[in-house]
Amino acid sequence: MTVENQDGNTPDGGSWAAVLAAGIGCAAIGILTDLSEASKLISSALSISKQVGDLSGKTTLSIVCWLIAWALLHFRWRRRDLATPGRVAALTIVLVLVSLIGVFPPFFKLFSSD
Amino acid sequence: MSLTFKESLTALHGLILGAAFLLAFTGGFAGLWGFRSDWLTSDGAKAAVRKTMLSTWTMAALAWATVLIGTYALYPWYRAKPPADMTGIQLQGYPRSVLLANVGTAGWHELGMEWKEHIAWLAPILATTVAFVVTRQRRQLLHNTRLRRALLFLFAVSFFCAAVAGFFGAFINKAAPLR
Repeated sequence: MTVENQDGNTPDGGSWAAVLAAGIGCAAIGILTDLSEASKLISSALSISKQVGDLSGKTTLSIVCWLIAWALLHFRWRRRDLATPGRVAALTIVLVLVSLIGVFPPFFKLFSSD
Repeated sequence: MSLTFKESLTALHGLILGAAFLLAFTGGFAGLWGFRSDWLTSDGAKAAVRKTMLSTWTMAALAWATVLIGTYALYPWYRAKPPADMTGIQLQGYPRSVLLANVGTAGWHELGMEWKEHIAWLAPILATTVAFVVTRQRRQLLHNTRLRRALLFLFAVSFFCAAVAGFFGAFINKAAPLR
């Protein structure tokens, strides 16, 4: 259901919620990649599928984080226009950069437990 | 002229779905870029919204199909461990082992595959978000410059992730094809 504000427009809060949640989901992939590289225990726990290995858990858990963050932020922000969208945009950029650095092999191998 | 089942699935993953995602990006990005109230008439804006919604949802669907096939169908074959007594030419059919057996090709796994298998998953999350926001905010996106710029950023990162995955996928399959 789309909520409309007094001008008959859809408030942008729900859209910013989706943008920030995407950053959270992406960062989760980067962070879980680094954690599973650092700890064999975590890597083993994330191996939901034996054939795929820990990639299955890293991605599944990240998708769950993304969807939960999206749902929570959406229900909190959907009925209003955000007063500080610049902060949300900046935080999203930081989270996306965290994810891009976190999944870069020369970076995550710094944490290698081998 | 024939393809094995593994080769057919590899072609579907990289040549058809992955390549279609990369090609569709140009249209979607141009649509979002041109989404400006000072550039479009009211009728033009309606048509542009429809086209951008279609292209962004198509890209999101292509991205999901590509990563799911890549991770759950192709990747298990790629990383399968050969029996301990296998060496040299016998390793064919075990691409990861083929690459790691040679110092000259090990980098394709250690940098290429390990980067590709993770970064590819960012693309569907970002593409889905762009498609959702374009659909939800279609009437106001024309006037909300900050949100439009945020979407352009997410869209560009999504393309970068898919391009890295596609680049390494093509070269890894050249160095150690799945058969």
